[in-house]
Amino acid sequence: MKFSLEWLKYFLETDAGVEEIAAALNKIGHEVEGIDDPAVRLEGFRVAEVLTAGKHPDADKLQVLSVDTGDGQPLQVVCGAPNARAGMKGVLGLPGAVVPANGMELRKSAIRGVESNGMMCSVRELELGDEHDGIIELPADAPVGQSFADYHDTSPVFDVAITPDRPDCMGVQGIARDLAAAGLGTFKPVEPSNIEASFACPVEIRTEDPEGCPAFYGRVIRGVSNGASPEWMQRRLIAAGQRPISGIVDITNYLMLAFGRPAHAYDLAKLSGAVVARRAVDEETVEALNEKTYTLDASMTVIADDEGVHDVAGIMGGQNSGVTTNTTDVLLEIAYFDPASIGVTGRKLGLASDGRTRFERGVDPAFLDDGLAILTSLIQRICGGEASEVVRAGLPPIEAMDVAFDPAMTAKLGGVDIADEEQRAILEALDFTVADDWTVTVPLRRHDIEGPADLVEEVVRIYGLDKVASVALPRSEGVARPTATPEQALERKLRRAAAARGLNEAITWSFLPVPEAMHFSVHRQSQNGQAELWILDNPISEDMKAMRPSMLPGLISAAKRNADRGATTSRLFEIGRRYFRAENGTSDEKPTLGVVLAGSAQDRGWATGKAVGFDAYDAKAIAMNLLESAGAPVGNLMVMGEAGEQFHPGQSATLRLGPKNILARFGALHPATLKAFDIAGPVAAVEIFLDALPAKKGGSGFARAPYAPPALQAVTRDFAFLVPADLLAGDLLRAVKGAEKKAIVDARVFDLFEGKGVPEGKKSIAIEVTLLPGDKSFTDDELKAISERIVASATKQGAELRG
Amino acid sequence: MSNEHETNRDNTLAQIAGAATIDALEAVRVEALGKKGWVSALLKTLGKMAPEERQAQGPVIQGIRASVADAIADRKEALERAELEAQLATETLDLTLPAPTTPKGSVHPVSQVMDELAEIFADLGFAVATGPEIEDDWHNFTALNMAETHPARAMHDTFYFPDHDADGNRMLLRTHTSPVQIRSMVKQGAPIRIIAPGRVYRSDSDATHTPMFHQVEGLVIDRDIHLGHLKWTLETFLKAFFEREDIVLRLRPSYFPFTEPSVEVDVGWKNEKGRRVLGGDGDTSGHGWMELLGSGMVNARVLEFAGLDPSEWQGFAFGVGVDRLAMLKYGMDDLRAFFDGDGRWLDHYGFSAFDQPTLSAGVGARA
Repeated sequence: MKFSLEWLKYFLETDAGVEEIAAALNKIGHEVEGIDDPAVRLEGFRVAEVLTAGKHPDADKLQVLSVDTGDGQPLQVVCGAPNARAGMKGVLGLPGAVVPANGMELRKSAIRGVESNGMMCSVRELELGDEHDGIIELPADAPVGQSFADYHDTSPVFDVAITPDRPDCMGVQGIARDLAAAGLGTFKPVEPSNIEASFACPVEIRTEDPEGCPAFYGRVIRGVSNGASPEWMQRRLIAAGQRPISGIVDITNYLMLAFGRPAHAYDLAKLSGAVVARRAVDEETVEALNEKTYTLDASMTVIADDEGVHDVAGIMGGQNSGVTTNTTDVLLEIAYFDPASIGVTGRKLGLASDGRTRFERGVDPAFLDDGLAILTSLIQRICGGEASEVVRAGLPPIEAMDVAFDPAMTAKLGGVDIADEEQRAILEALDFTVADDWTVTVPLRRHDIEGPADLVEEVVRIYGLDKVASVALPRSEGVARPTATPEQALERKLRRAAAARGLNEAITWSFLPVPEAMHFSVHRQSQNGQAELWILDNPISEDMKAMRPSMLPGLISAAKRNADRGATTSRLFEIGRRYFRAENGTSDEKPTLGVVLAGSAQDRGWATGKAVGFDAYDAKAIAMNLLESAGAPVGNLMVMGEAGEQFHPGQSATLRLGPKNILARFGALHPATLKAFDIAGPVAAVEIFLDALPAKKGGSGFARAPYAPPALQAVTRDFAFLVPADLLAGDLLRAVKGAEKKAIVDARVFDLFEGKGVPEGKKSIAIEVTLLPGDKSFTDDELKAISERIVASATKQGAELRG
Repeated sequence: MSNEHETNRDNTLAQIAGAATIDALEAVRVEALGKKGWVSALLKTLGKMAPEERQAQGPVIQGIRASVADAIADRKEALERAELEAQLATETLDLTLPAPTTPKGSVHPVSQVMDELAEIFADLGFAVATGPEIEDDWHNFTALNMAETHPARAMHDTFYFPDHDADGNRMLLRTHTSPVQIRSMVKQGAPIRIIAPGRVYRSDSDATHTPMFHQVEGLVIDRDIHLGHLKWTLETFLKAFFEREDIVLRLRPSYFPFTEPSVEVDVGWKNEKGRRVLGGDGDTSGHGWMELLGSGMVNARVLEFAGLDPSEWQGFAFGVGVDRLAMLKYGMDDLRAFFDGDGRWLDHYGFSAFDQPTLSAGVGARA
């Protein structure tokens, strides 16, 4: 909210300067977002008199003026305004001054060959209004040479953020009251003058919607002349950012900005019959003052007459019954609307207005009669006219709330000791009534006060939050205890393990375009695939609509952006959530680690030759490595299929602990996935499902299992098998390991060969088996027996020992 | 006789010194020390000598043998060394060529800062709590004292889903981490000290706002917690986080539906080379205040919603943007880049895996 210092001083007697007032506003909770001092902007503009005006020798529309700026030495100024003439007074901008409207710095210059030492300014150039037909004409008594800012009586303007709980400060008066309580001066309440009513109100006023509109007061003023409002009022309105329109409109705006009290004036000639606050009928329409037509429903309160709806109650007046400059008789409306229903109506219609902002937060229910009286007297003073009696329909909620307050609570909750009497004085300055027993009666305008904690806030904010001393939180004894849950510890460990392995952690949006989400949806082929996804009602764009069912799409898109920017490689990972549905309609968010490897696994190099792309084994290495970091029993994992149709069917797998528990999936992405994301392949990816990892067994303590080095050294034996080409190495290894569980501690493939020398449909797999003896070294016979068992076991898999 | 031996010895020693190759040396060795070599022959003469003569000649002949043998060994070692050096000279590598590199990974600044926060607050006794990001409007609004018609609800720019949960609550993306307060109090009661970092969402997008960002919420509920504790906690946290003692806070009364009194917290900063660096009193020249945190004493209604008796329990809550903290500490200036996954940005602003925040080493990672 904006207001000028001059306006504030109408309500507050103070010697405080701008800075002091700004500091006080911040201190008491009205954040100053800006201070605009027009005097600063108008520096270099002076009251000047045109001494002579002659034709420009080279331009028809220009004149050459001689201008007196009070320095005794007249200046030559070239001017294009038709109204410039000898003898008039206006505003001259001197070289160095900056034109407020366009930021242009004035300079001594030659215009069509004639020297010009400044510029005679228009109203618009100085941002004093919209006029720009000619230069400003000042009255004859304007003192030549005076700074225009002083002459114009400019006043600094505060821009203050009023928190939504303080509608009482959405008027200058309320801010003045708060500042006075904070010791910035004396509050000067405005006493409404007594209005002499000269006739009975000719319009019937009713409220048929006591919930939405508990009170509707009004009166008629006859014989007004709705010209321009006076300059003092226009100036305050302009400072507040409100464009002057006409006397009566300006006066209602003035009432709102000065007292936080919206009111409305109808052109009586455009009304017919009783004026009624009622619920709208479904599908009823109204053309509002913003020239838009709104379709209403039965939850909305409106002001209507026999002809129809005129006004979305408390939010916006109607186009058809508003006052114009021809208006002679007006009906004034000052009402109390239910804050909640104003909010609902405003949101439904998507209609914001200054009136709604105030009614929605709650206006002062005790300020209907006074408000109407102030409004009436202003109209009579400015526009003339005779006032009718006031008519009142309904009653505003005027039961004041009492709060049982204990001043000791200020110390208990606010942490600051303030003497009881000082607390009482603060509350009374804020218009609270404090009884001897500390029953505090809340002024009706203070809708924000609900209980003692609010009173603590009032006392502390006026006393000064800066006086609250810091007090250390009580500490538990000894060294701080660990706080991370096992899940948090796991995520932290995995994150750093992944980074240590050369992956860059990215954070991508939780939402995806629907097609991308669908592509990665688990049930995308089933008909209800869509139902599984969480899809926003009001996305910010189509690209951010569905919550991700996988970590991969966001990372693939990031890798694509990197490739588009010329990166040869992206190694990205992200730890975050995938979003699914739980049975009770809530969300089931699964912690997941995703990895995307795109571009070159190895760039071309002098030693390594051509660039090598990522493949499924790169993904497997990362999956196994991270699973091991996570403490998963990697030795027991089964490599199985069904990584998902987003992956290459022959180059992807799942890693399972038992046949059903999938810990991770990895592999090369399916060409269709690459196409869907428009990224060049191959791209390898990993997803580790953190919630599927087996929990570390609790209570195990820190001590590791005892370690005893084997007494005897291990021996290795090599076996080369010819096997069917489609036999999985893993199956052969499992068979080999299973041949002699006690002695065989490891078996690994060290050679794989297909082609020359190997029969068609076969491949050769060479395996190194590590044997660890027990308490005695193996005898040749034992080794022979083990070898035979290994070969026999392999043979069952279709292998034959190569000679 | 001895002269002849000496001459032979000198000849042999000269041959040894002149042997240019191992092979040539070997030929000299065979000639002298081989089975038929003259030194071997000389040694054999010892056996036929009378004891007295042997006593006299023995040391002489042994001396000849030793000097020849030593000279051969020395020469051999020298020749071998030269041969090795010659071979090594052919094996020179151009070590200005690049060695194989290992990709350098990184930790995202948001994760790094969250780890720092966890570390600092662990020392103050705060555990880390989490909650769902897809929330219901009861936890996100109602229980935080924002009734359906509350204007503050509309100010939250909420992303909604068309769905409702089993209790009929509208599902939405949480607009702040505050619902975790409610969930934590409902679940574990009081006293409680938690921080709740996580993703939050607002349908807002411009140069300084992204529709998704990160917040951390703090909550302390106990019997006698007051505004002074809140102030100390925020000061202590910010001093520890920015690792500077000159952090100055300015508390301003404000309004949040879920706290009463509500306090907005500004931090003093100084302009250093065009960057706002936190520290110092914002009111002094060259300084200013920036709004950093929202906080306050938890509203009694919120305690009631969370099942706590407000006549017994009270405390404070605060919330602050994690991305913002990261930007202020580590100097990024564009929030949008946080969520782009640009490898260059991640390399530049990301952290080493080994920059694990610890109190003993300082929670921050210096540039």
